[in-house]
Amino acid sequence: MEAQSRLAHIMKTTNVYIAGTNCITPLGFDVESNVLNILNGNSGIRLYTNTKLLATPFHAGIVDDDKLEAAFTQAGSSRAYTRLEKMMILALKPIITRPVADGRSVLIVSTTKGNITAIAGIDNVSPDAYLGQLAENISGYFGFTTQPVVVSNACVSGILAVSVAKRLLQSGMYDNAFVVSGDEVTEFVLSGFSSFQAMSDEPCKPYSAHRNGVTLGEAAAAALITTDKEGAIARITGDSSINDANHISGPSRTGEGLYRSVTNALNETGVKPEEVDYISAHGTATVFNDEMEAIAFNRAGLAQVSLNSFKGYYGHTLGASGLLEAVIGLESMKQNRLFASLGYDEPGVSQRISVITGNSSKTINYFLKTASGFGGCNTAVLFKKIADGN
Amino acid sequence: METKQYINGYCVIENNSVTVNGQQVLNTPGLAFPEFAKQAYQLADAGYPKFFKMDNLSKLAFLAAGLLLKDEVEDGKDNNIALLFANSSSSLDTDTKFQEQINDRDNYYPSPAVFVYTLPNICMGEISIRYKLYTENTFFIFAHFNAEFFAGYAAVLLAANKAEKVLCGWVEFYKDSYKAFIYIVSHEGSTEHTADNITKLYHT
Amino acid sequence: MEALKLELKEKIIKILNLEDVTPADVNDDDALFGDGLGLDSIDALELIVMLDKDYGIKLTDPAEGKAIFFSVETMAKYVSEHRTK
Repeated sequence: MEAQSRLAHIMKTTNVYIAGTNCITPLGFDVESNVLNILNGNSGIRLYTNTKLLATPFHAGIVDDDKLEAAFTQAGSSRAYTRLEKMMILALKPIITRPVADGRSVLIVSTTKGNITAIAGIDNVSPDAYLGQLAENISGYFGFTTQPVVVSNACVSGILAVSVAKRLLQSGMYDNAFVVSGDEVTEFVLSGFSSFQAMSDEPCKPYSAHRNGVTLGEAAAAALITTDKEGAIARITGDSSINDANHISGPSRTGEGLYRSVTNALNETGVKPEEVDYISAHGTATVFNDEMEAIAFNRAGLAQVSLNSFKGYYGHTLGASGLLEAVIGLESMKQNRLFASLGYDEPGVSQRISVITGNSSKTINYFLKTASGFGGCNTAVLFKKIADGN
Repeated sequence: METKQYINGYCVIENNSVTVNGQQVLNTPGLAFPEFAKQAYQLADAGYPKFFKMDNLSKLAFLAAGLLLKDEVEDGKDNNIALLFANSSSSLDTDTKFQEQINDRDNYYPSPAVFVYTLPNICMGEISIRYKLYTENTFFIFAHFNAEFFAGYAAVLLAANKAEKVLCGWVEFYKDSYKAFIYIVSHEGSTEHTADNITKLYHT
Repeated sequence: MEALKLELKEKIIKILNLEDVTPADVNDDDALFGDGLGLDSIDALELIVMLDKDYGIKLTDPAEGKAIFFSVETMAKYVSEHRTK
């Protein structure tokens, strides 16, 4: 009886914050460059012709190899790391400013496919293809002494990892969680999305009337989740991940899982829908996903809340998307500035949502990040700006 | 009001054998997994043809979960049972199958039905769909079964009221080697929910 | 055409993993989607791959799929008219 009551009490009374953040994307290798590019309406999406990846030309957001190599060489290392590991290490490096070998810090890695290129065209799968090994490789670089935790849960992985971190810290298991997310644009995923006829023939247009599919992208993003309020950006006040229980690839027509996740996160925080100032939504630009979100947000009373998708700038970065987009969304919060939802032209969902059409100023105290993914998964995390008393 | 947490039912599937709460209910030595799975399906939850579209990992998870959930889940009730799953090879068993479909550009026919299973969390999705579980789902990866993490995280979900019960599953499938160890954590039962007890059951 | 219809039924059953269904269970005019055989969106995409792989037909507009895959009858007609293999 005692132990469980104590745990519940600790969880109710422990606040968890998000402190340092960073990202490695086609729009830059730090948050500042990314935000500058976004403010200028620059997209990281290009048209590629690379028959090694896909037989026909395709749009994608791809990190420049030369820039990546140059940045990593600067970082310095004797071991050979995979391309994804380099992206993740570079994302994490600037935010690891306190010792991690203290037994109270955990590394949380989130990815959908990890080093999937390590299985291409060979009979024996390389050990690096195992996500646990990927995490060990990252962990070894930084010297963590605790066992890494890997979250692999489709396209909600990035933001779900933040939720997992919050729960682990609230329980007293750790004081700090370093979360890193990443995925690459590979032949594997291009072929897969292509077989689903899910890829747009032009840069994706989230929530738009003539949207016709995703644009894939790659990135790594990192964040420090901590119980230490000093220097924190925001407090993580509510989180929930509810399954649609409907179909393994098609989203629920009633947006059931997303609606419940959002409502739970708001209830946990103790705020009404109208108190949410801004939503960084999933917005993959498939016909069904965007429609589902519109329905879910309306059911949750969020139709009036300013909303965007960052996939017009980055493409769909899969396991990285939830965290990358949360990182940029937190910049919105810090700067009290809304960023335009790039790619959006004419309204294209059956229920009204408030898509951000141009950069503008707005005071943002509550920021909601949502994501959805294959397997019927959905995640909603609510952030509250740090002010006295938070 | 807090109460203690207990392991309230468990199922182990490995080496062509199915054991529920310590009792072996199926043993078919020598059968390949598809045939073994079909027999286990008759026990766990026949009458669900979608089972035969699933990949190996999802079939394994579905069978083990079904054997526990069929008596646990009540129609019309909210059934707030969270899913907490993990393995070491993610979806590599299906990933390699999909990779084979795209290796040869002259024989390039990637299958959407295979691709959708190249994510480990799909197996939880299948369970959620079948039993209408609008609940918390998370899939973790560990090099080996991590009883401490399972014990800790399941306790956290319950203490934070994110769920009333947790279906915990280690579901590993890669080529010919598989193991499912699934158990339910709730506020009722006789075996206390501790890392030690979980480990004991894992090794039965 | 009869041979092709039987072939299509066998392929549908095999490719879509329809356990305990035989060609005799599938009538030429039965609706394949919706209540019929209960096929879903992933099955439709699989049939598009099958058209390409086994008959050399590339469906450029997947929206056409609805009409083509309505029944074995409509599929057989389409395949016989467009096959390149």
